[in-house]
Amino acid sequence: MTETELRIIAANAVQQALFSGATDAECTLSDGSEFSVSVRLGEVEKIKEADSCGAGIRVLLGQKQGSSYTSDLSPEGIEQMVASAIDIARITETDPHAGLPDASELGQLEIDLGLYSPDTLSTAEKIDIAKRAEAAALAVDPRITNSDGASFDSHSGTRVFANSRGFLGSYRSSSCSLSAVPVAKSGDRMERDYWYSIGRDHSQLEAPELVGRLAAERVLRRLGARKVPTQQATIVLEPRVARSIVGHVFSAVTGDAIYRKSSFLLDKLNHLVAHPSVTLVDDPNIPGLFGSSPFDDEGVPGRRNLVIENGFLKTYLLHTYTARKLGLATTGNASRGLTGSPGTGHGNLYLEAGSMTPEEIIRAVGTGLYVTELIGQGVNTVTGDYSRGATGLWIENGELTFPVSEITIAGNLTQMLENILHIGNDLEFRGSTSAPTLAIGGMTISGAQ
Amino acid sequence: MGLSSSFFGQKFGISERDLDRYLGEALSRGADYADLYFEYLATSSISIDESIVKSATQGVSLGVGVRVISGERTGYAYSDDLSPAKILKAAATAACIADSPSKVDTVGLTSSLKHDLYPVLRAPIDQPLEERVLFVKRADAAARAKDARVIQVQASYADSLRHVLIATSDGKLSFDRQPMARLNVSILAREGEGTPQQGYSGGGGRVGLDFFTGSNSPEAYALEAVRQAIVQLSAVEAPAGESVVVLGPGWPGVLLHEAVGHGLEADFNRKGTSAFSGRIGQKVASELCTVIDDGTIDSRRGSLNVDDEANPTRQNILIENGILRGYLTDHLSARLTGSQSTGSGRRENYQHIPMPRMTNTFMLAGSSDPEEIIRSVPKGIYCANFGGGQVDITSGNFVFSASESYLIENGKLTRPVRGATLIGNGPEAMQYISMVGNDLKLDQGIGICGKEGQSVPVGVGIPTVRIDKMTVGGTAR
Repeated sequence: MTETELRIIAANAVQQALFSGATDAECTLSDGSEFSVSVRLGEVEKIKEADSCGAGIRVLLGQKQGSSYTSDLSPEGIEQMVASAIDIARITETDPHAGLPDASELGQLEIDLGLYSPDTLSTAEKIDIAKRAEAAALAVDPRITNSDGASFDSHSGTRVFANSRGFLGSYRSSSCSLSAVPVAKSGDRMERDYWYSIGRDHSQLEAPELVGRLAAERVLRRLGARKVPTQQATIVLEPRVARSIVGHVFSAVTGDAIYRKSSFLLDKLNHLVAHPSVTLVDDPNIPGLFGSSPFDDEGVPGRRNLVIENGFLKTYLLHTYTARKLGLATTGNASRGLTGSPGTGHGNLYLEAGSMTPEEIIRAVGTGLYVTELIGQGVNTVTGDYSRGATGLWIENGELTFPVSEITIAGNLTQMLENILHIGNDLEFRGSTSAPTLAIGGMTISGAQ
Repeated sequence: MGLSSSFFGQKFGISERDLDRYLGEALSRGADYADLYFEYLATSSISIDESIVKSATQGVSLGVGVRVISGERTGYAYSDDLSPAKILKAAATAACIADSPSKVDTVGLTSSLKHDLYPVLRAPIDQPLEERVLFVKRADAAARAKDARVIQVQASYADSLRHVLIATSDGKLSFDRQPMARLNVSILAREGEGTPQQGYSGGGGRVGLDFFTGSNSPEAYALEAVRQAIVQLSAVEAPAGESVVVLGPGWPGVLLHEAVGHGLEADFNRKGTSAFSGRIGQKVASELCTVIDDGTIDSRRGSLNVDDEANPTRQNILIENGILRGYLTDHLSARLTGSQSTGSGRRENYQHIPMPRMTNTFMLAGSSDPEEIIRSVPKGIYCANFGGGQVDITSGNFVFSASESYLIENGKLTRPVRGATLIGNGPEAMQYISMVGNDLKLDQGIGICGKEGQSVPVGVGIPTVRIDKMTVGGTAR
């Protein structure tokens, strides 16, 4: 369907909801196509190709709200969706803070954010790119004996949002990614690792040969890993891992977590919550990046928010509901799937780069753990308690030495943010959360003994 | 039941001739196999927060996925529109991808055998909404009434009803109606100005509303969530380093899911990328361990009458007395390894390609008295409840996060400890199991397993077990 047709469907759905008794309504539509190919050991393994669409609506009956969704955008499908939302809204209860943004808060950025670029590659070319990445990985070293394949994925779609306060907006976006997952063996132990690259179109991707080679280097350096003794140590998180810390801080600064008192950063507004070198920014307005959008999922224009400035917590991230709960104004951080009430999202959330190179940080740390992968969910953003499985390389005399695995790193996010010792100059945007290399002191490593 | 009286026959008028035509199109460019997966999914959910039923959602999605396999190559396309033109287009797309020299013809469709594990007469989603709203309100009231230290209560109830129709080019035809319901309660308790602590409980399965009574009532879940949070209020730092670990019965079975289950899925083993690859017949656990994946248990969250490739689910022995006996296979991995599907082909929905997945994974009971197991430990940690886990199937390293645990000192449970991640290596960790209790318990019906971007409901279970050595990721020395 064309963007114009989708806009009409969304606007009509809102009108139908009002006609059916809703006092307010908002409708989200998405329409997109996906393609993915994976190759393994030089042969095509899977190809998937499809188009799909969906619609969701939220209705308010005064201060009561309900929502519904459908994959059927025909007039009958939309009609049933609207009726279903109104039907289920009846069983909810009056919530004094429920409602849409005020009309004065609505709007969208007029600049071109560069979110869409047409997919000009043929299927054969995509297969070739994936094959080249895998072949490059396999060629690096004879210890790379196997492969979990390489894949090329692309997606493009249109998102439309309309509400009964007069907002109607839409935008198209596209993305593609390339990844390679080689497997290396030494003795009877195997390891795997990956590298990937993403872009709005294939011209923004790293070369397949580079993606393959980096994946190979990553897996090779894991071979022969051992546990280290249990001890207190400084850890250095490479950027791919450091961004997870940004994600935990995000969970703790959402208005939802704050009004529910479920955050280790509760009551910390304008307090020093991190080392003074830390500045955390959320900015949905940077052209081309993966967290960018012209309006949030309530029709509020995105804006740059300084979340932490020189260590001080400056704002929570809010949508209309949580803002009203806390007596504040929305920060334009509404995020939602097709259905339900909005939750909190972020644009490009990143920790500002420092001045040291990663090598300088490793040298300055002297002894510690360089972390290349974290697994598990052992992070409690209510208490700040932190405990995750880690893989990495041991730092000795300021150099990376032997590989380490089957250990955990533990601490508490409150102290971890204060104990950020060094921040790298290697900030890169490979997704909607980003961080440069980070060194954090005072962590407990659990390993042997 | 014939196709004409099935859900898709009745509601969408799909006939055997239609299915033949779609499969024919899927095979038109040459292939070894093709299948169709029709899905109609209705869901609803209701949640309470701050004692207000703030939101409720219901909706419907439907579509069909067409898969074509030739050799090791899979082509997949789907449509969210069931019109013949759209289905034929998806079939043509998948066919074009597979593009193979081999030719097969469709075989006349015959209804496959299947179980009848969840004969829920009235699916929860077809019951009045008012009845279901009461669940979250009752949970909220019970949690708040139990203890003045409870400062937040969130409860949510969700149910769904999925109808599927699967037709394969080798002649299998299957329908299933798959109900699911789940109630969750999450609370926050705080002592004075101290750090708030969370408690969580919930349960469900392929059940009717009458399931949520007695030990599965909203009140029972609420009180359990409160109990866990209150315990955490007095928790001390978890130990750091290697320790004897005792797992309590039930949900801690997530150990099996992570330590061995994923590593035994046949897609990884066919490719030789699992730490368990090529180890059938070898000892991979202590002889006290017999681990089973069973999709045929009545009403369980992980159970299915038929898997998502029209094969009946089975009881599969993975490890018997410590010896690795078999992998979990789907259609493709079974064909490529010359074995039979174990009924383990599952997918999140019609937009996804099936893969080998677990259903309900548990360890058989042993002979030890659980009390005796705890008494046997001079110093260690007892884990009663867990959050999630994760595994790197290639290295075999896995983690799982303990959410309720206690120190064991001189054979007795003493102080509760704060949440910590435990880490081990699958084929090694299972060798350290030195005692297995006689108290096998399955979880309450809350498991979700994620693999390659697809989530499916699963179950786990375990008796009390003693693991002689495992690394506990706390902060106390």
